[in-house]
Amino acid sequence: MIPYALRRVALAIPLLVGITFISFLVIHLAPGEPVELQTGDLGIKSSAQAIESLRKLYGLDQPLYVQYWSWVTRLARLDFGRSFAPDGKPVLQKIGERLPITLFLNIIEMLLILALAVPIGVLSATRQYSVFDKITTVFVFVGFATPDFWLALLLMILFGVQLGWLPISGLRSPTWEFLSFWRQHWDFLSHLVLPIVVATFGGLAGFSRYMRQSMLEVVRQEYVQTARAKGLSEQAVIGKHALRNALLPVVTILGLSLPGLIGGSVIVESVFAIPGMGQLMVQAVFSRDYPVIMGNLVIVSTLTLVANLLADISYGLVDPRIRVGRRGRS
Amino acid sequence: MNLRVRDLFFLLAFLPGLSGCGVKVEGKDDGQSRKSGSPAYGDTFIEASIGDIQGLIPNITSDSASHEVGGLIYDGLVKRDKDLNIVGSLAESWQLSRDCLTLTFKLRKNVQWHDGRPFTAEDVRFTYETMLDPKTPTAYREDFLAVTRLAVLDPHTLRIGYAKPYAQALETWGMYMLPKHLLASYVHEGRLREAPQNRRPIGTGAYRFVEWKSGERVVLVANPEHFEGRPYLSRVVYRIIPSQATIFLELKAKGVDFAGLTAIQYTRQTTYRAFEKAYVKYQYPSNAYTYLGFNLKDPRFADRRVRQAFAHAINKQELIDGVLLGLGREATGPYKPETWAYNPDVPRFPYDPDRARRLLAEAGWKDADGDGILDKGGQPFAFTILTNQGNEERKKVAEIIQQRLREIGVAVEIRTLEWASLIKEFIKKRRFEAIILGWGIGLDPDQYEVWHSSKAGPDELNHISYANPEADRLLELGRASCVREQRKKHYDRLQEVLAEDQPVIFLYFRDALPVVSSRVRGIEPSPNGISYNFIRWYVPKERQRYTAG
Repeated sequence: MIPYALRRVALAIPLLVGITFISFLVIHLAPGEPVELQTGDLGIKSSAQAIESLRKLYGLDQPLYVQYWSWVTRLARLDFGRSFAPDGKPVLQKIGERLPITLFLNIIEMLLILALAVPIGVLSATRQYSVFDKITTVFVFVGFATPDFWLALLLMILFGVQLGWLPISGLRSPTWEFLSFWRQHWDFLSHLVLPIVVATFGGLAGFSRYMRQSMLEVVRQEYVQTARAKGLSEQAVIGKHALRNALLPVVTILGLSLPGLIGGSVIVESVFAIPGMGQLMVQAVFSRDYPVIMGNLVIVSTLTLVANLLADISYGLVDPRIRVGRRGRS
Repeated sequence: MNLRVRDLFFLLAFLPGLSGCGVKVEGKDDGQSRKSGSPAYGDTFIEASIGDIQGLIPNITSDSASHEVGGLIYDGLVKRDKDLNIVGSLAESWQLSRDCLTLTFKLRKNVQWHDGRPFTAEDVRFTYETMLDPKTPTAYREDFLAVTRLAVLDPHTLRIGYAKPYAQALETWGMYMLPKHLLASYVHEGRLREAPQNRRPIGTGAYRFVEWKSGERVVLVANPEHFEGRPYLSRVVYRIIPSQATIFLELKAKGVDFAGLTAIQYTRQTTYRAFEKAYVKYQYPSNAYTYLGFNLKDPRFADRRVRQAFAHAINKQELIDGVLLGLGREATGPYKPETWAYNPDVPRFPYDPDRARRLLAEAGWKDADGDGILDKGGQPFAFTILTNQGNEERKKVAEIIQQRLREIGVAVEIRTLEWASLIKEFIKKRRFEAIILGWGIGLDPDQYEVWHSSKAGPDELNHISYANPEADRLLELGRASCVREQRKKHYDRLQEVLAEDQPVIFLYFRDALPVVSSRVRGIEPSPNGISYNFIRWYVPKERQRYTAG
């Protein structure tokens, strides 16, 4: 088992180098320059010399391979560099400021989706073609097809403007620091209600349909029939025997969506004015803030890599055929 | 800060202080903002900003949000008052010698930085040296290159010398003053961007910094020791809301006190009673115009008659009515109507398609093959207009122009490109035939960088490659004099030359459309917009909403 795991890790290293290379290449192939060097925003009276000196400051006057080498060597020491924006913050600090809220929102969202999608999937599979099945099918597909921003605006108009129950956007009220401890938390949570509802509604379809499909397959299996023949109650058959097996593919998909947790949704974040990772990335791309874009790409893809690696290793752990098979081939 | 070149895509907010706004201000005001209620301290003022600030040392940033926040935290030596006159800020008084070569400032005494240290002439010298330092990533260096010497005579007196008269000498010193005791080593090491000052600034201004949560908000509190008196509004919160639609909903729910509207929001969506009771709407021309520019290296556009023909073919009022819903003013040149440099008596090009066709025929463009498109030497007159993605206004303008030019037999294609690519790959490399973009203008009429033939390099701003010896001479004369009457003569003539030449077709100045919560009083619309006297804005005690502040 250990040699197998080591081999997987060793294989991941060239992949990681490839990731840095492609991240670098993609962003430098995109047309345009860091926005500060452009006449649009900073151009005020930026003389040609001023622009040239900025290029020098950012090291953009060097040939690409030199830029790549100096970036990668710094990366190897976990130095992601500083943003090109005038705030000049280290990339890691910028990401660190934005990551917690995105992570928090996405985890809650994911838990909610699971908590809703699993029962919906199970119930619509066990009552296939029933009224419940049809209604939930329509419901989740409406959710799937509804544009995020549109739903967000409708909910904001209803709950924020008309009823005045919930705040419309942002994370905290303007007078947040004058609230009592518990009110502060309530204030924060109330700001998150609408974004979470919007994101959950949109993500429900995928998981619930997967669950339904997987359940439908499982209930036709012979061991389920056996369980029924034994005289077990329907609850025990579905809840114990069928559900466990039906959950397996769903858990696999869940694992694959883990790196997405730090990605952040650009649309939801923009509409609700939430300063998360999605916004950071989009702004970095528009202003060609190379260090931030590349840092972000590397971190997200490394996490994907790690998730895959863990999945590979755990498959090996549960399924001896995999590690034996690999050894046989190599 | 004379020439402010900024793409409207980054939404122009207005800057309090130097780069003021507007000329003629129309407040749609039912009198509420002036009625009753005596000035009182307190309350929180919440402003919506569509973009995050880039940093808290505005001397090295160029976005409007940073300058707006910076304008409250820092002061310059001088500023613009409500009538756009230059008045003292950190400077008590000044003297400009008769030959315009020596400028002497007397600074206010007893001004303190927010950390209690005294503000002195050494800070002024330090700011000047910082701006000149090649390691400082600033766009405003050129302002200070004209200075030949700067002498500190005593802690509150400075003498500044120029080699030749420089029109903007005084205005230059509206630049925000930086604290030497906090920044000296960072400037020296070329690490100004990394200084704590860029995150937690110490200024001399009317507001003190409290908090900046990146992408979320900036919080300031009133500085009771400010030399112009304690500001009435005790707290200012800038909320960063990247979506225009969300800002509008926040307004409807009274979640923000100050925001800009779009034309359609202004004319159609905010006309109901509750909104008009909660907010006062203002309208004045912004400091930016939209233009249709040509690559003058292209032989078709090098012919002045062609450009004049296009000017006749485009109906500017139609653009204003159709795209801006009437909330804008026709541009006849690069200066805003009703500013001192503006010359109303320039050649105009009224909408006249027949005349446009005649001009094109004179230039040799005729429809020889009868397909409805003019041609010359077998080549049909067809070209592409480029503009930036995400700016609906410019796209609509392009579409209307496309239609109008088609009517005189010119085929136009429209292509929208993402901003960074448009600038780097097309504008800077001169790979364009025509463009629709905007120029922001400052309060000083010096536009040397945009129109002078020496400024046509790849990183420079004359990207249409305009070259006219007379215009060059006028631009040089205009910036070399410090007497307004003399300058006015040069700029009047410059506008005639530009109008005659039509190097770009000046389309319109759009209006800025801000709204302010009606509980806020003390707003006096002026040629300098509304923000210039922000520290005198107040909310009467009985109408204060955020008592905790």
